[in-house]
Amino acid sequence: MDDSARQHSGERISGAVGTPIPHDSAHLHVSGAALYTDDLPEPRGLLHAAVGLSPVAHARIAALDLGEVLQAPGVVDAMTADDIPGKNNCGPVVADDPVLAPGVVEYAGQAVFAVAAESVEAARKAVHLAKVSYEELKPIIDPVEAVAASSFVLPSEVIERGDSRKAIDAAAHRLQGRVSLGGQDQFYLEGQIAMALPREDGDLFVYSSTQHPGEVQHLVAEAIGRSSKDVVVECRRMGGAFGGKESQPALIACIASLLAHKTGRPCKLRLDRDVDMLMTGKRHDFVIDYEVGFDDDGLISGIRFEFAARCGMSADLSGAINDRTMFHCDNAYFLENISIVSHRCKTNTVSNTAFRGFGGPQGMFAIEHVIDDIARYLSRNPLDVRKRNFYGKTTRNVTQYQQTIEDNIIEDVVTQVESSSDYAARYAAVRAFNADSALLKKGIALTPVKFGISFTATHLNQAGALLHVYTDGTVHINHGGTEMGQGLFTKVAQVVAEELQIDIDRIKITASDTSKVPNASATAASAGADLNGKAAQAAAQTVKRRLIQFAAEHFNVEPSAVRFENNEVLVGGQAIGFAELVHLAWFARTSLSATGFYKTPKINYDRSTFSGRPFYYYAYGAAVSEVIVDTLTGEHRLLRVDIVHDCGKSLNPAIDLGQIEGGFIQGAGWLTTEELWWNEKGELKTHAPSTYKIPVCSDVPEEFHVTILESQANREETIHRSKAVGEPPLMLSLSVFHALRDAVASVSNYQVLPGLNAPATPESVLRAIDGQRAAG
Amino acid sequence: MPSTVSFTLNGEPVSAEVSSRTLLVDMIREQLGRTGTHVGCDTSQCGACVIHVDGVSVKSCTMLALQADGADVVTIEGVARNGELHPMQAAFREHHGLQCGFCTPGMIMSALDLLQTNPDPSEGEVREWLEGNLCRCTGYQNIVKAVLSAAATMRG
Ligand code: FES
Ligand code: FES
Repeated sequence: MDDSARQHSGERISGAVGTPIPHDSAHLHVSGAALYTDDLPEPRGLLHAAVGLSPVAHARIAALDLGEVLQAPGVVDAMTADDIPGKNNCGPVVADDPVLAPGVVEYAGQAVFAVAAESVEAARKAVHLAKVSYEELKPIIDPVEAVAASSFVLPSEVIERGDSRKAIDAAAHRLQGRVSLGGQDQFYLEGQIAMALPREDGDLFVYSSTQHPGEVQHLVAEAIGRSSKDVVVECRRMGGAFGGKESQPALIACIASLLAHKTGRPCKLRLDRDVDMLMTGKRHDFVIDYEVGFDDDGLISGIRFEFAARCGMSADLSGAINDRTMFHCDNAYFLENISIVSHRCKTNTVSNTAFRGFGGPQGMFAIEHVIDDIARYLSRNPLDVRKRNFYGKTTRNVTQYQQTIEDNIIEDVVTQVESSSDYAARYAAVRAFNADSALLKKGIALTPVKFGISFTATHLNQAGALLHVYTDGTVHINHGGTEMGQGLFTKVAQVVAEELQIDIDRIKITASDTSKVPNASATAASAGADLNGKAAQAAAQTVKRRLIQFAAEHFNVEPSAVRFENNEVLVGGQAIGFAELVHLAWFARTSLSATGFYKTPKINYDRSTFSGRPFYYYAYGAAVSEVIVDTLTGEHRLLRVDIVHDCGKSLNPAIDLGQIEGGFIQGAGWLTTEELWWNEKGELKTHAPSTYKIPVCSDVPEEFHVTILESQANREETIHRSKAVGEPPLMLSLSVFHALRDAVASVSNYQVLPGLNAPATPESVLRAIDGQRAAG
Repeated sequence: MPSTVSFTLNGEPVSAEVSSRTLLVDMIREQLGRTGTHVGCDTSQCGACVIHVDGVSVKSCTMLALQADGADVVTIEGVARNGELHPMQAAFREHHGLQCGFCTPGMIMSALDLLQTNPDPSEGEVREWLEGNLCRCTGYQNIVKAVLSAAATMRG
C-alpha cells in the first residue's frame, strides 16, 4: 500500500512499516526461551563431535594414527580425509578448502581429523590421544612476505583511471607511506555449531548456525556424496554472525554431517571459543602502500594504492572481499587519476573471510589515512581537505569503476554532524587543551562514510519468499534470509503486515529452511531486508491480488473498489474482516499460498574490466569522535561520539539505531583494542577473550549521540524507500582512529606525521608517540 | 565418581547424577534441560552463563555442579512471575537492549544482582558492573538504557 493510502486510514495496524517495534524474538530472548542451535531438543542417540587441529602452520602429515582415539571411553567413531565419501571441500567459490586436511596442513588450527563420542567431554578428551607426526615445511605468514614470494590465492587485480603517475609527478606536493591494518575476529557470542540428523534413505537434516543455509546444503551434499535434494538445512536464528557465519559454517556442518553419515547417528559439533578462533576465518588484515600528489589546498590530483591482504591458506570469499576494497578506497572522494593494485596473498594462516563491511572498511581506511596525512602535511584542518575532495553531485561524480553516483548526499550528512557535534569549536578547544597539557592529549576527527549496497557479484542479488495465508486469517512467512540479531525477520514481517494490512502478531516468522525457499544467497552485503523484504512483499501482493479478484467477483464490484485497511477489507462501501474474507476465498477454492521473487534492478557490472554499476545505491553517514590519550602509557579513552547516519526511510528506526550503535562500537574495537597476533611460526596467540579484547560496556563513550538522517527517502525504489544499514555504520569508527592520530600528532605540535598502525592498542599508540618524539 | 547433587532450581527441587568435574552450566543445560543459560566462551569471560546461586550472580561455567548442592539456584527461566515478564525483562524488550539475544539472559541476571545491592545505580555504575558481560551486537547503549529504566520501575 502506498503512503497516501496509509495516511488516509484512521487506525493503523500494529507493526506497520516505519514503526519502532521490538525485535520479534525479544520476549523469547529475555526469557531464555529463544532456541539457538545448541538449545534444540537433542535427538535420541546423539553423538558429540570434536576436531583434531594441526598445531603447525605448514607441514606434510607423515603419519596419522587414531588407534588410541578409537579405544578411548565413549568414542564411537573417528575420521580423516580418507574417510570422506564425496568431495573433501567446503570452499564457497573455489574448491580449495578441505574439510579435513588431505595429507598437507596449511595453517595452525586446520582440522585434521574428527571424533564422534557419546559426550562432548569424551570427544574432546579423545582428540588428544591421536598420534600425528608432521614433516614441517616453511610457512609464509605475513602478506609482505607473500607478495615477495608471489604467493597468492587468486591473481592480483588492477584498476586504473587516468594517469596517476603523471599526475603525481606533476603535483605541487607528494607524499608516500605505508600503514598496516589489523584483522578482526567476528566474536559472535554463539560459537559455530551444527547438528546433523540422518533421515530415511540416507538423507540428512542439518541444523546449522549459518548466514547461508543453501551453501551449507550444497557443500554437505557434496561431502557425503549425495545431491542437494537429499539434504535440508534449517536455521531459526544465530547468536550473532557478522559475516563469520557466511562461509565458515559449511566446515562445521560438513564435519557433523560426515560423522552422522558415517555412524548413522545424529551428531552435533559445537566449537569451544578457543577452537572457534583458531579454526575459523576473520577479517583480512592489510599492508597498504600509497603514493599521492596534491595541490596547496589538499586536492588530490593523482593517487596510487597497493594493497596486500592476508587471505590465509585458501580463496574463500577473498576475491569479492578484495574487490570491495578496490571499490571503496575512494570512500566519499573523487580520485581522478588513480591506480589500485590489489594482492590476494596466500599465507599459512586461517583463511580469512567475510566480516561486516567485507573489504570495504579496509579500502576506506586507506583513503582516510591518505587524506589525513595530506591535511597534516599542509597544516590544514583535515575536515577541510576531506571536503575539498568530496564527490560532486553533477561533475566529479564518477567512481574509479565507472559508476555515476546519482544519490550523493555526503555534504548534507557531514554538515549536519559538523554542526550537531560543534566540531569547529571543539577542534579549537582540543588544540587549546593540548597546548596546556603535557601528558594527556586530546584528539578529534570527523570522517564520512559512503558505502555501496548490493553484492558485487550481480547474480547474488536475488531473493525468494514463501507465504501462506491460513483460513483463520493468520500468515506464515518464509524467505531466504537468515536472522542473526539484525532484525531482518522483524522488518520482513513489517513489510508483510503493511502489504496485507494486518497486525503483525497475525504473522508467524519461520526458520530459514532450504526446503521452503531454495538457492537463496547468503544474508550478507547488508542486503537482507532490501532483497527479502521485496520478495516477501511480492508474495503478499500475489495472494492479495487473488483475494481482490475473488472479492470483486463474490461481491460483484470492480477490483478497484476492494481495499485492504487495518485488518479489514473494504469492498465497495462495506467492511469485512480480513479473516472472514480469507475464509470465504478458501471456500471458493482460491489459492492462498504464493512464492515471491525479487532481483535488484539496474545493476550490471563487468568484472573483467571492473566497470559498470555494481551498486544499486549508496548509504551515507558521518561521525565525529573525540579521544584522550595518556602519552606515558599510550592508553586512551573515547570521550564523545556524534553520528548522523542515512537509513533512507527506515523500516524500523529502533532496529536501525541499534545497528548504527552496535556497528560503530564493533568498528571501534577493530581499530583500537582487538589485536590478532601471530608468532613467527604462524600460531595465533590471541584466541580467547582473555587476550583478544572486544569492547566492553565501559568502553562506550559517556556522550554518544546517534541521529538517523531525517526523512531522506532512498531515491531508488527499494523496499519502502529504506536503505541497508547492516554494514555501513561500522566504518563510522574510522573517526576514532583519526581522533587518535590527531592526539598523537599533538605530541610534535602537529609537525610530524603520526606513524600509527591499526589496531591502535596502547602499545601501538605509544610507539607512534615515540616516533613523534624521535622525529620532533 | 558420580554423585548426586540436589538444589532448588527456580523454586523447584531438582537433582541429578554428576561427576566431580561436571560444570554447573552443563548440569543445568544438559541434564536439567534449561537452555536459557548460554555458553559463550567456556572460560569465565563472557558472562553469557550468569545465574544466581543463593542470591548472588555467578558465571555458571566457573562453578562445579557439586558446589551448588543444597543451594538456591535461579536461572533466566525463573525470573518471570506468573507468566508476566519481570520489569528487567520488559525493559530489555522495550528498550531494544538486545539484537541476537545470546548475551541477554546473562546480562539480565547480572543486572538484577546489581540492583539488589544498588537499586539506584548511576549510568557509570551500570557500565562498570556489566564489564564482565560481553555483547557483540548492541554497542551496549540500549542495554544500559534498559537497566536504568528497569531500576526506576523497580524503585516504583
Ligand atoms: S560461558 Fe561462562 S563466562 Fe562465558
Ligand atoms: S545481543 Fe548479540 S551478543 Fe548481545
